[in-house]
Amino acid sequence: MRSIINYLKEIFGTVRALLKGMGVTGYYFVHPREIVTQQYPENRATLKMFDRFKGEVVMPHDENNEHHCTACGICEMNCPNGSIEIISKIQLTPEGKKKKVIAKHIYHLGMCTFCNLCIKTCPSNAIIMEQTFEHAVFNRAKLTKVLNQPGSKLSKGDKK
Amino acid sequence: MTEETITGQLEEQEFSINMGPQHPSTHGVLRMILKLKGETVEEVKPQLGYIHRGIEKMCEKLTYAQTIHLTDRLDYMSAHILNEAVCLTVENALEVEIPEHIQYIRTIMDELNRIASHQLWWSAFGMDLGALTTFFYGLRDREKILDIFEETCGARLLLSYNVPGGLMFDIHPNFQKRVKEFITYFRKKLPEYDALLTGNPILQARTKGVGMLTREQAIAYGVSGPSGRGSGFSCDVRKHQPYSAYSKVGFKEILYNEGDSFARYKVRMDEMWESMSIIEQLIDNIPEGNHAVKMKAIIKLPAGEYYQRVEAARGEFGVFVVSDGNKMPYRMKFRSPNFSNLAAINTMASGQKIADLIAIGGSLDFVIPDMDR
Ligand code: SF4
Ligand code: SF4
Repeated sequence: MRSIINYLKEIFGTVRALLKGMGVTGYYFVHPREIVTQQYPENRATLKMFDRFKGEVVMPHDENNEHHCTACGICEMNCPNGSIEIISKIQLTPEGKKKKVIAKHIYHLGMCTFCNLCIKTCPSNAIIMEQTFEHAVFNRAKLTKVLNQPGSKLSKGDKK
Repeated sequence: MTEETITGQLEEQEFSINMGPQHPSTHGVLRMILKLKGETVEEVKPQLGYIHRGIEKMCEKLTYAQTIHLTDRLDYMSAHILNEAVCLTVENALEVEIPEHIQYIRTIMDELNRIASHQLWWSAFGMDLGALTTFFYGLRDREKILDIFEETCGARLLLSYNVPGGLMFDIHPNFQKRVKEFITYFRKKLPEYDALLTGNPILQARTKGVGMLTREQAIAYGVSGPSGRGSGFSCDVRKHQPYSAYSKVGFKEILYNEGDSFARYKVRMDEMWESMSIIEQLIDNIPEGNHAVKMKAIIKLPAGEYYQRVEAARGEFGVFVVSDGNKMPYRMKFRSPNFSNLAAINTMASGQKIADLIAIGGSLDFVIPDMDR
């Protein structure tokens, strides 16, 4: 007799506990407003990442196609996984002095771990993090980018 | 041990089976060779190596600031805590005084990280045992923490927010407001977790008395963190060797003496409450200050050996650095909690059913990249 009572008790206890759990799910069933699912990619137009979000390293250029990179190579040296390659060339200034300028600032997005060290250590704040995040491409070669735009040059204010 | 020798040892009616490396309940690539008799597990042999990246070796070719982003990729669920371990090692070796501003932020971040980690563990644990609902509820709340991280650190999971001597950026102006909002929100939501899963008779039947680990065994295997504390082994580094701002806050070390999977479950559930109370004690009192101490551009540790341990979400994490005075470590060794916790699985699972092994693995909260560096 006792075992039957215990058995029934157990069944009722179980049902009660399950109903308690279902109470929580039931609450959200009738309160759809509290559900927080984002409808990506439908909400692409309104989706804004936080300002500090580390999406991709870029080199900002101003309206005269000028950047701040002095080809010093510090970012390349600080990158832990070789995602940055600096290719520099020697140019003659109007005064006839030899000067190192950037030829190609190569950035391998596919290798970058977004550690932010290049940006933190760049002495001329020439590179920043962009908030883009849709990086999927069909061809791996597209992940290798040249950050300085063609024909760009060092901004006037930054002459060494 | 190769498979030949395992099958060679099998007796009549025994058979050996592979669990993993692609088993969903291991949440990673862990292969366990089981020796079974019917449905009863006789022996578990974990086989590692499927996700070995040689991180310790890689560190020997990186400067101290660069090693930090690799520690993110050990126990990715406690990335900030692991980053901090490396920074503390470097700072202690150089005897740099870290201002309270940085210490407070680090501690708050640590605890947010711990809550996020336990939330994901709770979600996945429920899911492993067949309660898919928990996964959505846990991730819903974890999202709030990840948003806080994203706003301040710029990343959601692999934060890389610590640098030797301080932090990458100062906290975002919204940080305090958001954290306080989150605490108010989560204090309301955490009881939902109990209603959904803790009181559930199926969960209790599957975890109570399953995977017993006595205190002595926990100590012998070096099981630390919530798994060790579920066996009554007081091993909280935050209490025993406080770092950052932990000496300035009051909190309880959660201890349960049962030593079964349900005790480990309860430890983590209670730890979330404690973490929230730690954050509440600190969040309003962050002293003014700079977010980083000025360090040399190239950090060189004086020759010698340094060790620093911290309490990661899964247990005691240690960094051991041997320096020969160069800008790169001569040797960098990580003591990862998951590796030691895994060692106890044979003791815990032998004699239990194969389905119990899932519950035991879940209650130990494995993160495979941390075992297999
Ligand atoms: S981006 Fe900055 S650190 Fe890199 S080469 Fe240019 S100036 Fe130097
Ligand atoms: S963010 Fe880190 S990994 Fe990426 S390019 Fe900069 S230094 Fe290299």
